[in-house]
Amino acid sequence: MDFSFTEEQTLLRNMVQSFVQDNYDFDSRMKIVRSEEGMSREIWGQFAELGLLAAPFSEELGGLDGGPIDIMVIMEELGRGLVVEPYLPTVVLCGGILSRHASPAQQEANLPGILGGESIWALAYSEPQSRFNPADVLTSAKADGEGYVLNGTKAVVAAAPWADKLIVSARMSGEQRDHNGIGLFIVDKSTAGVSTQDYPTVDGNRASEVTFENVAVSGDALIGSPDTGLSILEEALDHGIGAICAESLGHMKSLNDATVEYCKTRKQFGVPIGSFQVLQHRMVDMFMEYEQSVSMTYMVNMKLSEGEDERKKASSGAKVQIGKSGRFVGQEAVQLHGGMGMTEELSVGHYFKRLTVIDTQFGNVDHHLKRFASA
Amino acid sequence: MDLSYSAEDNAFREEVRAFIKEAFTPDIVRECERSKNGYISKEAHITWQKRLHAKGWAAPNWPVEHGGAGFTPTQKFIYTQEMEAAGAPHTIPFGMTMVAPVIMKFGTEEQKAQYLPDILASNVWWCQGYSEPGSGSDLASLQMKAEDNGDHFLCNGSKIWTSMAQHADMIFCLVRTSNEGKRQQGISFLLIDMNATGVSVAPLITLDGPAKDQQEINQVFFEDVKVPKENLVGNLNEGWTCAKYLLEFERGNPYSGGLNRTLGKVRSIASDVESDGAPLIENSEFSARLADLEQQVMVMEATELRIFSDVSAGDNIGPGSSSMLKTRGTELQKDVSELAMQAIGQYGLPFVEDTLASTNESDIGMAGAAPITPIYFNVRKTSIYAGSNEIQRNIIAKAVLGL
Repeated sequence: MDFSFTEEQTLLRNMVQSFVQDNYDFDSRMKIVRSEEGMSREIWGQFAELGLLAAPFSEELGGLDGGPIDIMVIMEELGRGLVVEPYLPTVVLCGGILSRHASPAQQEANLPGILGGESIWALAYSEPQSRFNPADVLTSAKADGEGYVLNGTKAVVAAAPWADKLIVSARMSGEQRDHNGIGLFIVDKSTAGVSTQDYPTVDGNRASEVTFENVAVSGDALIGSPDTGLSILEEALDHGIGAICAESLGHMKSLNDATVEYCKTRKQFGVPIGSFQVLQHRMVDMFMEYEQSVSMTYMVNMKLSEGEDERKKASSGAKVQIGKSGRFVGQEAVQLHGGMGMTEELSVGHYFKRLTVIDTQFGNVDHHLKRFASA
Repeated sequence: MDLSYSAEDNAFREEVRAFIKEAFTPDIVRECERSKNGYISKEAHITWQKRLHAKGWAAPNWPVEHGGAGFTPTQKFIYTQEMEAAGAPHTIPFGMTMVAPVIMKFGTEEQKAQYLPDILASNVWWCQGYSEPGSGSDLASLQMKAEDNGDHFLCNGSKIWTSMAQHADMIFCLVRTSNEGKRQQGISFLLIDMNATGVSVAPLITLDGPAKDQQEINQVFFEDVKVPKENLVGNLNEGWTCAKYLLEFERGNPYSGGLNRTLGKVRSIASDVESDGAPLIENSEFSARLADLEQQVMVMEATELRIFSDVSAGDNIGPGSSSMLKTRGTELQKDVSELAMQAIGQYGLPFVEDTLASTNESDIGMAGAAPITPIYFNVRKTSIYAGSNEIQRNIIAKAVLGL
């Protein structure tokens, strides 16, 4: 048993930390969020140069041989900066699926673009009716000669407005919520029949409703087999959970630091409000929520490569914690900042909004408590 | 970062299991299963500790030079995990984990030689003299007086909430030796013989309804008690330093093993008992509550692993971590005890006064029901003792957040 970081991981953290400090302060971030595209291609290119996009992949795939712990370190620091560039969908979700389950030919065709920063990917798995169940798939993929034809709608696909490639879950056989018969397809967003309705999300990111109308893809677009599609997808979502748990640590740490600092300087009734015991205890509870989230984030990222049951239990257990802690820390940070916490001017509200989205992303507390209990 | 165990670790786990199988005999198992407050009879406690001592495992946290077990941090975790999973008795903390570290750090060589071996071998039972009737959370306001009378101190006053004082041979006390300066500066750390003339013990009966002579807490009175000068630990008027040092040991413990064990019991009861014609475990409200607590205990375990593995790297667990573990651990103890009581339904009502007595009468209700409601009442204490959880939050606010 060992909870310490390697020297490489510490160097990685320092590098991402100083990059975010130097290039992604709150004002720069808000400029990017409010720009027409909503992300910075320049920053994305710098991620590639720094090796962040290659960090978790094996050397055979052209990567730097890291893993979930490296992703955790990166995501935590990106969280501190409220970075919107699509590291999670491109590298963690889609890159993860490709590196673990795609054929060598698929990897060769697609991974260099991810590692080099040329292509952005989005994982289109949720549907208007599916809520948090990834097996609830109505989008269909019908065999057509050598290839497939896709029809259906995917909901709230994070980063889809920026993406050139999608991984799409589609039903090849069986009923709406059957676990078997779900295929994962690599789809170029420019393919005829793919249309998107793009919009911002409440946390400053961008997403789309993506519609597939008789979209023809070739036979080699299918990743794995229809019998393994759901388990590949669930595994990817658990890796996504490990990553957003880490991202939320960055948010909570920033909020706790800002709140303590604010309460030490803000005076009312002639004294700093941090001298009031009722506020002190609130901040201690925020601190304890954060510390417990740290424990669970480390734990889940160490267990992502374990057997399926253990991985599910750990990721759902961690997601429950991050959902609860993030909600508490976010809400109380706003409360303790008073009226200022309500304004767009301070970063506090923006951290709170991202934490609020994270609670829902990949399934909320109730969903994961149930999954935790049945795992 | 790595959560896996080495082959040596797994071999050690087997050794612990084998020891438990042999040493945790049915008579002690029975007492543990029926205890209302975590304590068993004095005889059973001593028997258990002597078995641990014979194996060299009585003191997992002591340095090897004083007879500690010499475990690695991972071994210590495995040891605790296995003991908790089996429901084995806790070693009595007052000597082993409270006064002993203070004697090791502040005591003279004579004091170390006189007291430590008997603590290790469980020859002497200690109790803790901190709180007084007027001094609870505000510990530094304590009043028990120790006057310098040449070759001895003359002690007068009273200590309260003294766990298991009725069994104790010795008590370590915080006493007032000066009224000058800051209140903390006039306190000394004194070891007092419970059999000395002028010491008396009166039981305090708690909500769990202990049987006669099995009460957990007491008030101890000191009336003109003569204490030899050599029983002073550390310097005169510097006992507050010892007091704080001891408290970090008292609070910084792992809780998840015991919590997991109780939740396992709750799960098993809820699978057996019926509610509206189906197992209680299938009741959606109950199962959601159980899952919620199981998740929280998993968080506790992950936090303990992280904190105690940090200690292995040579860091100190420190006041912030110990106060956090104490606060979260005791909150969970209370919540878990409540769920256990809900699981047994109407069989939470019958009161068995002497749960440790050997009796031929059959139990009322399902197996294991008798102590569950008393435990629910008893563990209300956990967020009050060792510095209430409100005090723990004050400590974190000051020590960690700098408020």
